[in-house]
Order: sequence, then structure tokens, then C-alpha cells
Amino acid sequence: MLEIKNLHAYYGGIHALKGVGISVSEGEIVTIIGANGAGKSTLLNAVSGIVRYREGSIFFKGKPLPRLPHLIVKRGIVQVPEGRLIFANLTVKDNLMLGAYLRSDKEGIKRDLEKVYELFPRLKEREKQMAGTLSGGEQQMLAIGRGLMSNPELILLDEPSLGLAPIMVETIFRVIKDIKNLGKTILLVEQNAYKALSTADSAYMLEQGRVVKSGRAADLINDPGVKESYLGVKVNNRS
Amino acid sequence: MNWFYIEGVLILAGINIIAVLGLSLLTGFTGLFSFGHAGFMAIGAYSAVYFGERMGLPFAVSVVAGGLVAGLVSLFIGRLTLKLKGDYFCIATLGFGEAIRLVLDNVQVFGGARGWPGIPLKVDLVTVTIFNIVGILFLMFLINSRHGRSMIAVREEELAAKVIGIDTYRYKVISLFISAVYAGIAGGLLGYYLTFLQPKLFGLQKSTEYTIMVIFGGIGSISGSVLAAFILTVLPEMLRSFAVWRFVIYGAAVIFIMIARPQGLMGGKEITLKGIAGILGIPGRNRKTARSGEV
Repeated sequence: MLEIKNLHAYYGGIHALKGVGISVSEGEIVTIIGANGAGKSTLLNAVSGIVRYREGSIFFKGKPLPRLPHLIVKRGIVQVPEGRLIFANLTVKDNLMLGAYLRSDKEGIKRDLEKVYELFPRLKEREKQMAGTLSGGEQQMLAIGRGLMSNPELILLDEPSLGLAPIMVETIFRVIKDIKNLGKTILLVEQNAYKALSTADSAYMLEQGRVVKSGRAADLINDPGVKESYLGVKVNNRS
Repeated sequence: MNWFYIEGVLILAGINIIAVLGLSLLTGFTGLFSFGHAGFMAIGAYSAVYFGERMGLPFAVSVVAGGLVAGLVSLFIGRLTLKLKGDYFCIATLGFGEAIRLVLDNVQVFGGARGWPGIPLKVDLVTVTIFNIVGILFLMFLINSRHGRSMIAVREEELAAKVIGIDTYRYKVISLFISAVYAGIAGGLLGYYLTFLQPKLFGLQKSTEYTIMVIFGGIGSISGSVLAAFILTVLPEMLRSFAVWRFVIYGAAVIFIMIARPQGLMGGKEITLKGIAGILGIPGRNRKTARSGEV
């Protein structure tokens, strides 16, 4: 569904992505793990048009992806940005409705709003509250809900568990699976490698702007190198 | 105090309200600071008077056309500068405002620095009031529309607005355009009220004054902007008896109020009928949700 080939991106003089290639198949959860500064977020931002890439190509459903954010959303890719970035001085409902900004099918919007409220009953309760008054976890729910409101085919989730209490992390990952069951494809960037790998179907490991490992998530979770670097497990007899 | 004087102050307040409404859309709702709005005002003023006096268009048409000329210039300026981030845009507008003033200072067709005298008086309280009502209604309509919400989204979190598919650049351009039209119309009215135009009227001080009014009234509040423009126009007049100390007291008053109410007079809320009913103790349904809410 999404094919990224040989992607190069720079921040000024810093070469953040050095020829990254990944592919995401429809209906899968694909996760990208890696240390801080590995280029995970840059990769997502390149897909959603926030960061410009200099070389390489991104194809979505067989066609090249446009480079402007709003055109990308129109094609069916939405990002749930890191740090949530909700509209603090608007109500929860206004936040969600802004997510449906590019749509004009009233019926569909209504249906998706119901769906979001089903996934996150908390948001329904707080519908009229200012989004800034929500707790961190609720804000993350809102950010995901806002993304869903654009009725995307592919959702880019950037560190959804960042700064959340363990119980809330559980909830968010449960919801990520629920969203997959709605028929959406998910590209997930996470620090929490264990959670990410146990939720995802396949995975890529980034290091300093390069893909260093990739495969089925279930295989990567047992990979000694991954275990040592990201899961905090000391492996004695490394092969 | 005679009526002529009071009417004059009210007319000036009305003209300021129009300019501040426009700036309020840009600064209060879209989150872009401009220190060049006096420039748009000058363009509107000179164009309106040109259309009216040299080309013989009717008064209302020439004022609105003057506003549109200011809007067109803003499209050009916006294309060049709106890709800049916050502070840089602000500095660019400052340069623009000053440039317009200096150009007018040197263009002899419009009288240069000596000014443009002999403009007929065509503005009275009724005219200004009509322009105000239309201006306020249009802005209220805009803010409560889908487009208004998108502009607020740009102010709140530009990156997030981008990733949910809002063309943030386009909304900034639209917001700047509308606010320049408002400024231009205010300029035209000012010309036809003062009966005299001079580039000096549209200096940096004027731009600053309007920005102060928007912030004083509260970012993101139409009623706050109206209230602030009115108060800050009338206040210096009421302080006339203090002679040279007038602007010291004016400045101190602004500082005092900003310390006491950093969120501005209205702080993002609006004056609504429901709200008034609430203050007067008339029970109403669901008073808590009376628009914009807490900031």
C-alpha cells in the first residue's frame, strides 16, 4: 500500500534519513523502532509532507504521493503527531470536526464521529469541554480520534504512548488494535519497543537514518540485538 | 462639551473599531502579528479618495474599492511573507508599513509629505455605524463558519492544522486579505472624515496602537476588540484636561489593565445575550456553554 524507496532527508546540514526504504501492506500494523534521533519521526513527517525529502520516492496505492500536507490527507493518509498537538482552546467536538475538515459527506462524518465516540467513550462524555482541560491520555485519544475523522486508509502514529501512565499506554495500544480491526492500516513509531513489537505485524528498526533490521514483529521481538538494545534484556550467548 | 466634539470622538472610535476588527481576525483568530496595518490603511485611504475625487465614483463605492485595493496589495505582500514563521512575518509587516508611508511621502501625485487637502466631508456617525454593523456581522459569520474554525486551528497549533489537511498557508493569505480590506476601509473613512490625508497619519505608531487594542480586548474575541477600540479611543480624549500628562496616564492605564487582566478585557470570550442574562441573574438553559469559554 505504501512503498518508500531510498528516502533521503536533511535538517540543514544533518543527514537525517540516509536512504530509507520500507513498505507497508494494507491492513497491517507496521512499526518503526529505534533510539532517539534515529530518524523515526522524520520518516513519518516526510510521508505526511511536513518534512521535505531530497531524494527517493514515496508511492501510495501505486501512485506517487503528493508533497503538500493537505493533498496527502486528501489521498487518505493522516498523521497523529507526536506530543498530540490538540487545539487547546477549542472544544473536544470542534477538535474532532476539524479532523473532518476536508470532507463534505455529512452522513459519513456523523457515522465516523459515532465510531470515534465508541472507541473512546471518554471523549463523548467531554464533548463540550475545552480540549486543553483534558488529561494527557485523553488528549492522546482526542488526537487519534481527530485523525480518524478524516476517514484515512493509512494512519501514521507518532509516539502515541509518550508521557502516558502505564494503564493509559495499555488502553492506547488496545485501541490501535481496534483501529486495525476497522480495516485501517497503521504505521506506528514508538519508543516503547516491546509494546510496539507485540502489537505490530511487521517492524523496521532504524539506526542513524538507516534501516538496520526488518521483518515480522514476532521475529524481531526475539532477536538478540533488538533485545539488548531496545528491550533492556541482557543476552548471554549471542549468535 | 458639545455634541460636535462627542460625535467626532465616536466617529473616530467607529473607524478604529473597523481597523481593529480586521486586525483581530489576523492576530486574534489566526495568530499572526502585524505591525504594518497602518500601511494597508494608508493604501485604502489614498485609493478611496482617488476613486472618489479624481475618478468621481460615489462615496460608498470608493471606500469599499479602496479597501479592496488594500486587500490586493496584501495578497502580493502575503505571497512574499506568509511563508515566514511568526516573528519574521511580524518584522516583514513592520517594514512594509514603513515603506508604504515613505513611498506616499515621496509620490507628488497625492501631495507627498504636504498631504492631500480639500477632501469633502462625507462621513457622519450614521455612515460609520452602518460600516461597523456590517463589519461585525461579517466577522461573526466568518468566525463561526468552517473557515473561521480553520483559522483558529492555525492559531492554536499550526503543525496539527497541517497534518489534518488544512492548507494553512491559504488560510493565512485569506485572513491577511480580509484584515487588509478592513484596514483599507477604515482608512477611506478616516480620509473622508478628516478631509485631509497625510502619510504621517499612517506611521508605525498607528499600527502599534491597533495591535495594543486587539491584545487589550483579548485575543480571539470580537466583542473584546470592539470594546477595546472604543475604550482606547475615548480614554485619551477624556484625559485631555491632563494636558501633557495625558499619554503618560494613558500608558499607565494600559499597563495596569494588562497586569490585572493579562488575557485582555474579554479573554477569548464573547459578550452574548445568554452571558448578559447570566450576569443579571436571569436563569437560562445551559449557560456554561455560552460560546468560546475559558482560555
